Parts: sequence; structure tokens; C-alpha cells
Amino acid sequence: MEVLKLTSENFDETINSGTVLVDFYADWCGPCKMQSPIVDEVASLSSDYKVGKVNVDDEDEIAMKFRISSIPTLLVFKNGEVVKKFVGVTSKENILDALK
Amino acid sequence: MFDSIVIGAGPAGISAALYLKRANKNVLVLYHGESQLEKAHKIDNFYGFPNGISGKDLYQNGIEQARNLGIEVLDEEVLDVKNELENGFLVKTLNNEYSSKTIVIATGNKKLKPNIDGILEFEGAGVSYCAICDGFFYRKKKVSVIGNSNYAISEANDLSNVTDDITILTDGAEFDLEVPYKVDKRKIKKIGGDGMVEYVEFTDGKRIDTRGIFIALGVAGGLDFAKKLGILLDKETIKVDNSNMRTNIDGIYAVGNINGGLLQVNKAAYEGALAGLDIIKYLNNKK
Repeated sequence: MEVLKLTSENFDETINSGTVLVDFYADWCGPCKMQSPIVDEVASLSSDYKVGKVNVDDEDEIAMKFRISSIPTLLVFKNGEVVKKFVGVTSKENILDALK
Repeated sequence: MFDSIVIGAGPAGISAALYLKRANKNVLVLYHGESQLEKAHKIDNFYGFPNGISGKDLYQNGIEQARNLGIEVLDEEVLDVKNELENGFLVKTLNNEYSSKTIVIATGNKKLKPNIDGILEFEGAGVSYCAICDGFFYRKKKVSVIGNSNYAISEANDLSNVTDDITILTDGAEFDLEVPYKVDKRKIKKIGGDGMVEYVEFTDGKRIDTRGIFIALGVAGGLDFAKKLGILLDKETIKVDNSNMRTNIDGIYAVGNINGGLLQVNKAAYEGALAGLDIIKYLNNKK
């Protein structure tokens, strides 16, 4: 599935149902650039889950709400609840495990 | 621009450099601090030394061999490696900057994380390994850097763009460098807070408030660079393709003890050879 650009407009409705992977990133962050294509690949592999990205520079409030203080951080939501948090660049295999 | 910069002058790094130089590649080796190999009293299980050889002699021989082949081997402390994408990599040392098409990380297995209660618990909740990535979250807040060398200062310098309240915590180590930051040399007992970092407690029972703790121990090593570049790790080792020593970043290789497994000269030299040979192919394909 395509990767959603998440903003304060669509964040809550996106995470509220099903399994959702969210990548918190910023353009200046080197390791985020390595995480991004891995997240894109995860998105392309299945339609069983949704995948979105939050630019912490533009979406301060979402980042603060989830107490993001290091990027990249990946959160996995199931029906609106955070069930897994990855800090730092994370492999495709580890992400897929958490999305099962 | 160099074809390759090797960081680390032990058997892994020097072996990679030897293969590259013999294929006419323009290679620079940078090293700083004591190698793990130098600490080995005597090595009796390495081919070709009828009476064994001390780690110190083997290490020095390797550097001499590289220099005799015309390889530049410089004692310079690397503080940062930046990925400039199509423009290659920028290696910042204490006094210089060098660019290169490829990087070989051969720094040995210096640990990334200090043995302090709370470090793991607060990763991503106040504990960070990359000032340039995460400083943004600590604008105008009290932050600390745990470390005791130029690398810690370099991280503090990055943080000075976002906050004025920076303390270097040496965790009991000596620190004689002049810096425009507060320095606290007390031994740390733990890091604490309610969900997020709020304080550091010392062994004397006293606390200081801090919101962010940036880890920058000793001389920067491969794992520190990996955190900043986005190289995939497996605990405290770098994940590589075992057939060619490539990391997940195009053009960056890792060899020797930093990859874990057998911590032996034989294995380090073998990985250096694999990386050297693969970089030759990589550079030739790029032309």
C-alpha cells in the first residue's frame, strides 16, 4: 500500500483502526534517510496494515503527544494503542515481526 | 577525493588498505588511541611467526607495511562521518576534513553504551546517541553529554546550536580540556525520571536535573558512527553481508571485531581482504 503522509488532520483517524506502522522522521536526520526506504518496502509488501510517516519538524504536536525524543522512532499501533516502539534504524525483519 | 578512507589501523583495516593500494586505489588510513591488538601480550596462533609475536609488534608491523607500500596512515581522531550521498562521505577529524567515495569501519569493538543504570530504559526517552539528529527535541532545555574526550566536546558543540545549558558528565574519568560548558566529574549511579529522563544521580547521592543525555564515550568508534549514519546494528555489533562486508549503506563497509564473531587476527585480516576486494569492484563499477 502507499505510504500515508500523516498530519494532525488525519493522524487519529488513521491509527484508530487496524495495525499501523508510523515512522517519525526529519529531513535533516541522517539515519532517518536510511530508515525511510525500509519503511517504504514494508508498505509495499502487504495490505494487512497501514504505513504512515510523520515529519516531526512540521508536526510538533504529534511528536510531543507520543513523547518522541529521538529519530527515527517507529511506533506500531493496534486499534489506536501503541504496541511496539523502535528507536533508531530498524531492519525490515524486525518491523514485519511487530506487524504480525 | 579518496577512493576509500579506512578508520582503524589494526589487522582488519590495514588488510583492506593493502588490497586497495595494490589495485592502485587512493586510500587513507586514520587511527587514534590504543588498538585491542596492542594489548595482546603474545600471539602464537597466527601464521608465519615461529616464536609467536607480541600484539604490539604485529600492530606496528602492519602500519609499517602499509606505509612502505605508500599508503598514508595518519594518527588523527575521527569525530564524525557524514553521508553526502552522491558526493560520497565526509570524514571530520579533530583538525581536518577528508572526502571519500567509500568508508571502511575498522575501529574495533569499543563499547557504545556506558554501564549506567537507566541507559537502556530511557533510550528514545531522553537518552540519545546522536546530537545532530535529536538536539531538536531539547531546544532551550538542560542537556548532558556523557564522555571525556574530543568526541564528547564535538557532540556538545552540536547541541550548543539549540541550548545554552550543557554539562559534560565524565562519569569519574579525568577531563583536562578547556570547554565553554559545565563539567562534572562525579561517578554516575543512575539515570531516572517518570517515563522520560529527568535527572542524573551520582554515587554521592546528589542529583542534577537534565532532560536529554547524549552518549559520547571516549574516542568515537564504529558504533557511534553507525548510530549517526543509520547503519543497522545487531546489539553492539554492525550487521554486514558476510560475503563482502557491506553494511546497509551503499559504500560503507565494516570489518574486524566490530562485526562480532571470532575476535582473532585471522578473521580480522580475512574480512579486511573481502572488503578491499569488494570495494575495488564497487569503484570500478561506478566509473
